[in-house]
Amino acid sequence: MSVTYLEAIREAQARALRQDPRVFIYGQDVGVFGGAFKATKNLAREFPGRVIDAPISEDAIVGLAVGAAIEGMRPVVEIQFADFSSVGFNQIVNQAATLYWRTQVPCPITIRLPSGGTSGSGPFHSQSLESVYSHYPGLVVMTPATVEDAYGMLLEAIAIDDPVIFCEHKLLYYHLKAEQLPTEALPAGRARIARAGRDLTIVAYSAMVHESLAAAEELVSEGYQVEVVDLRSVKPLDTDTVMASVARTGRLLCVGESWPWGGVSAEVIARVASEGYDLLDAPPQRLNAKDTPVPFHPHLWAAHRPTARSVTNAARKLLRS
Amino acid sequence: MIQSAAPAELNRTSPLREAYLEGYRWMLLARLLDDKLASLYRGGKIHGGVFLGRGQEALSVAIGLALKRGDVFAPLVRDLAGRLAFGETVLDVVRTFMGSVLGPMRGRDGNVHRGRPREGMLPMISHLGAMTAVVNGMLLARRMKGEHGTVGVSCVGDGATSTGSFHEALNQAAIERLPLVLVVANNRYAYSTPNPRQFACRDLVDRAVGYGVTGHSLDGTDLAECLRVMAEAVRLAREGGGPQLVVAHLLRLCGHGEHDDAGYIEARVKESALGRDCLRVAEERILAESWVERAAVEAWQAERAQLVEEAVAKVQREPGPDPFEEDWLTLATGHLAEGDSSNQSS
Repeated sequence: MSVTYLEAIREAQARALRQDPRVFIYGQDVGVFGGAFKATKNLAREFPGRVIDAPISEDAIVGLAVGAAIEGMRPVVEIQFADFSSVGFNQIVNQAATLYWRTQVPCPITIRLPSGGTSGSGPFHSQSLESVYSHYPGLVVMTPATVEDAYGMLLEAIAIDDPVIFCEHKLLYYHLKAEQLPTEALPAGRARIARAGRDLTIVAYSAMVHESLAAAEELVSEGYQVEVVDLRSVKPLDTDTVMASVARTGRLLCVGESWPWGGVSAEVIARVASEGYDLLDAPPQRLNAKDTPVPFHPHLWAAHRPTARSVTNAARKLLRS
Repeated sequence: MIQSAAPAELNRTSPLREAYLEGYRWMLLARLLDDKLASLYRGGKIHGGVFLGRGQEALSVAIGLALKRGDVFAPLVRDLAGRLAFGETVLDVVRTFMGSVLGPMRGRDGNVHRGRPREGMLPMISHLGAMTAVVNGMLLARRMKGEHGTVGVSCVGDGATSTGSFHEALNQAAIERLPLVLVVANNRYAYSTPNPRQFACRDLVDRAVGYGVTGHSLDGTDLAECLRVMAEAVRLAREGGGPQLVVAHLLRLCGHGEHDDAGYIEARVKESALGRDCLRVAEERILAESWVERAAVEAWQAERAQLVEEAVAKVQREPGPDPFEEDWLTLATGHLAEGDSSNQSS
């Protein structure tokens, strides 16, 4: 018996719906159809009236969730693809993210963003937007890399009294499996050492954790012990765990699937450079997607995003510097 | 004092009298408060913008009076009269404009961006069309909780009807058949942009058919008509008739804000029936109908002017926010807030 990353997301929603009458799900095709990725499969039948199909209106979808939150509900919004959240951007960053600060009324909404590239999906079904949302005050941004975190962090996201942008990676939906659902979880805001090492710290999150772990494995044969830090949530960012790892290794490589200008990897490097400069034995490096829209063709797509191979190359270069 | 001739006999039997007089008194308070805010702005006592409801009081008060405690109200910038009638205090208004830390927004937001969401009064964001979907969410949540019989009013101007959020939210409300009353105050200009550059349909109320909702039109200079139509729209929504679109025709009798001299408003529009001052129209009718004596109207004016002066005098002695007392945190979940820790300049 095993459970996939996608099933974990479905199970977390089922559990939240079962345990908390304030929870409901709202999004396009989430009802009887069960969602574009089947993340809400059978939930409409199991929880009548609480898994609601929305029109193609991301602005109104998020706006409605904010209103429901004011009334004490805990809406979970599924945006069909992270890319489409741009249409609801105003409600996310200006309405949801400012409500508590302006009025002291909390805004406990969870916005699920099926994120990241999959081969053949092209520029508008592939985006990774965690850096964009992290830039705005008032949002928590989660980027689970494991089945266990997909489950535990989604439950935590729904329980948190603030708007949470939940970036779930589409590439992990089907192939990432765990033996069972976890019974306990690290809290949001705490990073995890995904692999211990002494020569180099790779800071990654979401699908990039797996590319980085593969790179670390590859580098064993060359005699390197690479440590991989899984940020889990990019906002808040667990600077302490990153800094402690860099203190052990003296070298830092940040890997992110979002675009290179600014963003999570730039933030990690800025913090380590300003607070931990003396810990570094070499200039910190980062590896992101290329600064173009996400390409459609598998040849281009595989070269656009960081992969185990490009992470290995970047790590090797840094280890030899 | 010279006594006037014996007063004409008062007409107390009109069924309209009580509601009309109540509406007029709120309009009067709103106008006097607006005038005071404008004067404080000109005197440099208010930071940021001042936006007045002059010319829109009849429509606005009719909204406030059609609603009950427990309903939801998402006003627009010119809804001071409606806010007061719905239950907002003069102190909340003055404190927010003057940046008192004791106000509902505590100096974090100002002027018209005020409200108390838990009391059903939403504080608008500047992207006004976005408020309607929030009202929808409150109404849907109430339905899910088994609470029935409440209504939500969302107010926008002619300009907001061109936004995607207006379309999305009205369509959403229609699909869910929510008790939403969407009021469009068509005051002919969105900032400086006249109607012909904003939309090409004959009348905005024609759009009701396209959304599958009930449409209403009214003359925003006529308090009696405002009271009647708003009460009807709210009643229909409350009784399960689904969303109501109310389009009010009026003219803004001031600039977009007090920084704006509104030189773009054409003289012929000002001189038309649309340019009538709804407050003066109401006052003239009250006297013409002999609902009260002129002395009563004057007494109401004096009482309300006094109320405004007292509130301003009180708030002027109140402190503004202290940056050293601010927590500078945006999240309700304190331990997840990053705060200013990564910012070396702090």
